[in-house]
Amino acid sequence: MSASELSEVADLPDPAVPQPGVERQVEGRSPWQLAWIRLRRDRVAVVCAAFILLLVLVAILADPLANWIGYNATDQDQVNGITADGLPVGPDAHHLLGTDNLGRDILVRIIFGTRVSLVVGVSAAVAAVLIGVIVGLCAGYLGPVVDSVLARLMDVVLSFPFLLFAIALVTVVGPSELIEILVIAFFSWAAVGRIVRGQTLAIREREYIEAARSLGAGNLRIMVIDVLPNLMAPVIVYVTLLIPVSIVFEATLSYLGVGIIPPTPSWGNMISDAQNFYQVAWWYLVFPGAALVLTTLAFNLLGDSVRDALDPRTERLFAK
Amino acid sequence: MTKPDPTPSIQRRPSDDDVLLTLRGVVKHYPIKHGIIFKTEIGRVRAVDGVELTVRRGETLGLVGETGCGKSTLARCITRLFPLTAGSIVFDGQDISRLSRRELRPYRRQVQMIFQDPYGSLNPRRRIGSIIGDPFAIHGVADGAERKRRVQELMELVGLNPEHYNRFPADFSGGQRQRIGVARALALRPKLIVCDEPVSALDVSIQAQIINLLEGLQDEFNLTYVFIAHDLSVVEHVSDRVAVMYLGKIVELADRDQLYGQPRHPYTNALLLAGSIADPDRARARRRIILTGDVPSPVDPPSGCRFHPRCPKAQQLCFDTEPQLQPEPGDPVEHATACHFPVAPGEDLTVLTPGIGSAVDQPTEG
Amino acid sequence: MIRFVIRRILTGAIVVWLISLVVFAIFFIAPPNVAFLLLGRFAASDQQLVATVTAQLGLDQPIVVQYWHFLTRLVHGDLGYSYYSHQPVTTLIGQALPVTASLAIGAAIIWVVSGVLIGVLSATRPRSFLDRLSTLFALIGLSFPTFVLGLLLLYLLFYKLHLAGVDFFPGGGYVPLTQDPWQWFVHLILPWITLAVASMAVYVRLTRGQMLEVLGEDYIRTARSKGLSERRVIFRHGLRAALVPIVTQFGIDVATLLGGAIVTEQVFGLNGLGKMSVTAVTNQDEPVIIAVVLLASVFVVVANIVVDVLYAVLDPRVRLS
Repeated sequence: MSASELSEVADLPDPAVPQPGVERQVEGRSPWQLAWIRLRRDRVAVVCAAFILLLVLVAILADPLANWIGYNATDQDQVNGITADGLPVGPDAHHLLGTDNLGRDILVRIIFGTRVSLVVGVSAAVAAVLIGVIVGLCAGYLGPVVDSVLARLMDVVLSFPFLLFAIALVTVVGPSELIEILVIAFFSWAAVGRIVRGQTLAIREREYIEAARSLGAGNLRIMVIDVLPNLMAPVIVYVTLLIPVSIVFEATLSYLGVGIIPPTPSWGNMISDAQNFYQVAWWYLVFPGAALVLTTLAFNLLGDSVRDALDPRTERLFAK
Repeated sequence: MTKPDPTPSIQRRPSDDDVLLTLRGVVKHYPIKHGIIFKTEIGRVRAVDGVELTVRRGETLGLVGETGCGKSTLARCITRLFPLTAGSIVFDGQDISRLSRRELRPYRRQVQMIFQDPYGSLNPRRRIGSIIGDPFAIHGVADGAERKRRVQELMELVGLNPEHYNRFPADFSGGQRQRIGVARALALRPKLIVCDEPVSALDVSIQAQIINLLEGLQDEFNLTYVFIAHDLSVVEHVSDRVAVMYLGKIVELADRDQLYGQPRHPYTNALLLAGSIADPDRARARRRIILTGDVPSPVDPPSGCRFHPRCPKAQQLCFDTEPQLQPEPGDPVEHATACHFPVAPGEDLTVLTPGIGSAVDQPTEG
Repeated sequence: MIRFVIRRILTGAIVVWLISLVVFAIFFIAPPNVAFLLLGRFAASDQQLVATVTAQLGLDQPIVVQYWHFLTRLVHGDLGYSYYSHQPVTTLIGQALPVTASLAIGAAIIWVVSGVLIGVLSATRPRSFLDRLSTLFALIGLSFPTFVLGLLLLYLLFYKLHLAGVDFFPGGGYVPLTQDPWQWFVHLILPWITLAVASMAVYVRLTRGQMLEVLGEDYIRTARSKGLSERRVIFRHGLRAALVPIVTQFGIDVATLLGGAIVTEQVFGLNGLGKMSVTAVTNQDEPVIIAVVLLASVFVVVANIVVDVLYAVLDPRVRLS
């Protein structure tokens, strides 16, 4: 789930090589500014970014939104939210997206689920990239002894049957949002670390690193000031691509019952509950599923556009 | 070539005893390791294998040789970019060959390096103001506005527009980038600058500009250069003395005029002959006559004199015994050659065919 | 070559050992209430009884001793007894393994074959309708979480068809291959698709990119100019060169495959290793969890060794490093 998508990022360009077709003659514009300009011209990226921004707003304003709609995430509407047979009610004027088997409003639960997905997904992705970059940087830069230890460590983590392990781990320590973030980060960082290590090994051989060493710069200074800026482009791409991976990871854990524990809503545990009712209540399954798929799609497309903007030479994962 | 010379006579004539840098038996081997868990060494790349050299204060010492002869490794030994395998380097009276990272810091201020690749030696993600200011930042010399002022001074000194302080390396041409590299090397006013093929990646017209810049700076700041190149004409132009390197060893060392006028080592002869012919096709033809075969591998260098498999004058002695780098009879003391059968003035090497290389090697190979 | 294989097996063994250590450590740090699980709620209040059971299981001994017992039993192929069903763990695994194997192998074949095939086709006709379609497919495949896709397939192909009077696809469950091959196949179609789609999307993109690169090389042009048939050029010369990164990707995907199998088994009610482990987790059935995690780790490590060796066969330069 995580490694396969990331591996495509591995061959990001070497920023030292002059790139044809890039507005080089523009005065003093940093590579970042150029990338930003390209990104803003990309219609797919703008649409996806707008959608993600909307999601963020929804997550932040979940409480006022729920108040305005009139139900809370755990309110069980016994009057309009459940049929006489105790079955969910389809979309209608009272409940825009219908209700679940306990008469709870699905729209409101999706809104609160957005918060869970974004908080867990983004924090886990950022944490994973942070750990991955630090470990990868150390493995790649600090020489063969450190490298052999850290590279082996990454191999071990990558060899973990991660979902199985995550399930076992969560059972032992007890499920919570924080544990979920840690577990996802723990099983995602090694893929990033391996790629960062490879890039660092290449950058380490460049003459400007030698130049810095001949000036007397210490390891830490070189890693932070000379190597890190050259890793920023792939790192930004990893973050945008790891976020959807982490969101799906979270939903999967919740679906399997080891993530967010009901009655707190998350897209994963809503779908899990809906599994028993899909024959009578399609909306129960379809709306949380659609929220999950659309969010993943938006992040994937945005990540692809970001990669495109940072390096116009590589082919897009998804052609326009 | 006339150049401005503010303090004539004394500075331009480096004296024999005013030595800035001494290399004694400098050796740099790279081990080749193999094994499953416990790695055993199965061989070594003898990149630099026993180099004796002195560099005098204020002079330019040229270092020439073919690709892979170890000259760049030697440069990185001098700047202590990696530890020596054996031997010692004495700079300004202090042995720096065994110093730790921390102890090296003062040395780093006094010895700087200019690199070959003007694209690779500047970090593409950093603004050039911060690149040139690196030496100040690393050694805590100047901060903030003061640093910026000094960086802009340096930029002006090397012929860059100080207003381009905030640009990125990608905004500059190759020659301008090399000026940035020069400014960075000059920042801490070092005594010695090791130039590792500083112009070989540049267009010929721009080469002259950079060389003139380096010469002007030498006069202005009383710099000492170790100037590495494979282009003999560039070395002839800039050097006071020239050392010729072959497979990790110095094979000939002399004043520039001596070396170019009266080369004694067959290898130097071959290089000069190949380089002095304007027509490249003829040059290649001539060169093939003398320098037969490829450069042998530094992993397993030939016995005795390392040049013997390619040398037209080689005899059994060259196969058995390694020649010492010493003045040949009739040469000035300054002119040292490591050869058993040095080339006599006027001798034509092209009529000889390499004898020992094929004759002696074949039985041992079987 | 043999040295290379030996080295990979040695490092693989170390990895498995480290994983066993970690698994063991997790359960030592936060042990489940074993006596409670074994004796039930009523007996768990009897301190005497709890102490006896704990002693019998050796849970009162120091960690090192416990780990040593665990290892020696492991080496002898004894994985202990389930706390929950009281059956030997090896028996439970023996029952579940064919299900997961059927699911995983079938899905892997589907995604590799169709992924590579679609990738090659769209690479030979870039910007064609087929190419655009495969791009769209990759986009959707990558963005659909396994369980959402599985449930959607169930809803549309099982339930909706069932309402329409077509009962081709079953709504879940597993029929052993030995019992009825046709039913085995029919029961596994939807799970296979569910598990294969996301990875297939990755392979389509990967193959397409690699092929486009390779087909631009000089030697392909030479092969064409020699008058070889287009099919031969593409499959014998082009695909062969593009295969190395695809094989690498497969090594990465083995761990993903297991994760996907857990979810797929949960969606379709297949009683494989994945469902067994999820059940074991809910029941805090420690011996079963440890066994499944270890088995899965061994599987991942072995698969990676096989991939590395394949890789070395395909690209001899690798062995040197």
